[in-house]
Amino acid sequence: MDKFTVVSGIVAPLDRTNVDTDAIIPKQFLKSIHRTGFGPNLFDEWRYLDHGEPGKDNTRRPLNPEFVLNQSPYQDAVILLGRENFGCGSSREHAVWALLDYGFRVIIAPGFADIFFNNCFKNGVLPVVLDSAIVDRLFRAVAGSPGYTLRVDLPAQQITTPGGEVIGFEVDPFRKDCLIKGLDDIGLTLQHADSIRRYEEKRRLEAPWLFNKQSEK
Amino acid sequence: MSGKTLYDKLWDSHLVRQDESGTALLYIDRHLVHEVTSPQAFEGLRLAGRNPWRSESILAVPDHNVPTTARAAGITDPVSRVQVETLDRNCSDFGITEFTMTDLRQGIVHVIGPEQGATLPGMTVVCGDSHTSTHGAFGALAFGIGTSEVEHVLATQCLIQKKSGNMQIRVDGTLAAGVSAKDVVLAIIARIGTAGGTGFALEFTGQAIRDLSMEGRMTVCNMAIEAGARAGMIAVDDTTIEYLTGRPYAPEGAQWEQAVSAWAELHTDADAGFDQMVSLDAGALAPQVSWGTSPEMVTAIDAVVPDPDAEVDPVKREGMRRALVYMDLQPGMAITDIRPDHVFIGSCTNARIEDLRAAAAAIRGRQVAAGIKQALVVPGSGLVKQQAEAEGLDRVFTEAGFEWREPGCSMCLAMNADRLEPGDRCASTSNRNFEGRQGQGGRTHLVSPAMAAVAAVTGHFVDIRQQEAG
Ligand code: SF4
Repeated sequence: MDKFTVVSGIVAPLDRTNVDTDAIIPKQFLKSIHRTGFGPNLFDEWRYLDHGEPGKDNTRRPLNPEFVLNQSPYQDAVILLGRENFGCGSSREHAVWALLDYGFRVIIAPGFADIFFNNCFKNGVLPVVLDSAIVDRLFRAVAGSPGYTLRVDLPAQQITTPGGEVIGFEVDPFRKDCLIKGLDDIGLTLQHADSIRRYEEKRRLEAPWLFNKQSEK
Repeated sequence: MSGKTLYDKLWDSHLVRQDESGTALLYIDRHLVHEVTSPQAFEGLRLAGRNPWRSESILAVPDHNVPTTARAAGITDPVSRVQVETLDRNCSDFGITEFTMTDLRQGIVHVIGPEQGATLPGMTVVCGDSHTSTHGAFGALAFGIGTSEVEHVLATQCLIQKKSGNMQIRVDGTLAAGVSAKDVVLAIIARIGTAGGTGFALEFTGQAIRDLSMEGRMTVCNMAIEAGARAGMIAVDDTTIEYLTGRPYAPEGAQWEQAVSAWAELHTDADAGFDQMVSLDAGALAPQVSWGTSPEMVTAIDAVVPDPDAEVDPVKREGMRRALVYMDLQPGMAITDIRPDHVFIGSCTNARIEDLRAAAAAIRGRQVAAGIKQALVVPGSGLVKQQAEAEGLDRVFTEAGFEWREPGCSMCLAMNADRLEPGDRCASTSNRNFEGRQGQGGRTHLVSPAMAAVAAVTGHFVDIRQQEAG
């Protein structure tokens, strides 16, 4: 996982509530057995006027000019600004892989769905929860000056606007540490392998049926 | 000291360790795996040279991509086929039990877990699938995870978690005839909203919940995720025990007796507190129909399509407008005037035997209406299909003009060939009405099995309470 410390760049506004993971990456692209290559199909149904399929040459497809990511300068955005309940629906991590593959490292919204929120941290994407009044203000600022940028500083837990305003944000200390160091969770957990084995021994006595071998009946 | 909720008990009994910040390592008893969210996890495992911690905790099944016709001919879509073959290979390489595509026990992962008794009370159950909340119906802590977490569970049998809040959703009273578990859960989501349960574990309680069969309880817990909660659960009682008796993976003999007595503890203590409580009156509930593109956009069958202009919140108003344009509906239109042209009875929400019985009973001897282009029944598993055929339900459907298919996710998410075309309108027993969920440009109305079946034979939504009374 890439380390995350400070990210600065263009903010793309996606002014919809309840943006679901089906919309972020439609189901036909979930047939891939890899983690990369989803970027061109991010928000596929909103972004293109035709129907996308895996293997189709996306550079030749008609773009929907109404969709924000097809408008200049948002092709180069690294921060996505969203509304309430961002990332709801399916647990598909492909949604985060697609956002990352496109180039997004930060998503700012007043609220995220739990599974999506978790998946972000596992992939070096920082989801930032801000008060909806502040998010509203950022939407207005972006609308007022397309190409609006923000600087997101994870160690300091601060977002800085072009005008120099500083907005603080909360982040779980464990997740922050993992993100800054680019740590592999599995490696971390395996440091506790003895605790896991001890738990299993104790549990096997209390509830042996949980450890039955599966027999073919 | 105050007592513990069911969620507290499940959490505490699976805690391996916890640090000062509250970040915990939680032990996972049952890991369910399907073909879509697992390939990258197995790949990660291989790249790191790791092995599954406890292979026998895993049960795998292909369900999302499998065709629902001509099963024996295999999968024609080459990309889907690679994904299913990848699952087969991963399972055989790592010694994991898999019900392959041609196994009679194959089906939707959330149907087969309980059906096999692989989901048991007191377990932690995870799957790379948001509807894992279904298994909470057994007094288990069950929730969906992403692919990185699938890899984490494979490698360590644990997950790094923070504890959620406790929310109680109490449904008192008795449901009217024709009103089902699906209507209960749709009404709950309409009430608390799609983010209402975010950060909480939900416990469903009350007379109406206790009165539900296990199938009904699974329907309710299945859609906890649509209310924003990763986990929904229901206390263990006689209905739970009776359902599990004799299931292939359930314990037997003295171990069964020991388990049953341990499971008696799996309820919220009388003096436990919840962080939030919501209550609903079951007696006041009508059958529900979704009119928009989010599972909170739901209303009663005897109501009308709501008017965005009446909504005060500007962001919500815009969302409603957009949904009505997508759904091609006008504010003020009677829900009973909505005319679906497709009907889908299936999915992990409503494709169990009881769902198929309810749908068949509602239409026995009737014919699919002229305006219906396709009416599909997709059983949740091979065993559900077999049972339904033994009861003659398949003939009720096929004689009415429905198609009777092989088990899988099918048109719930349209990853296989079963999908809506742009502009198609579907009465669906599934759980998500997002834009394009059942096929690009398709329009979904979420309803119960009986409501979907009756819509197929009348060509529009009908208040089935009148039918049941008459
Ligand atoms: S039936 Fe639908 S919701 Fe359930 S697991 Fe399959 S795709 Fe997901």
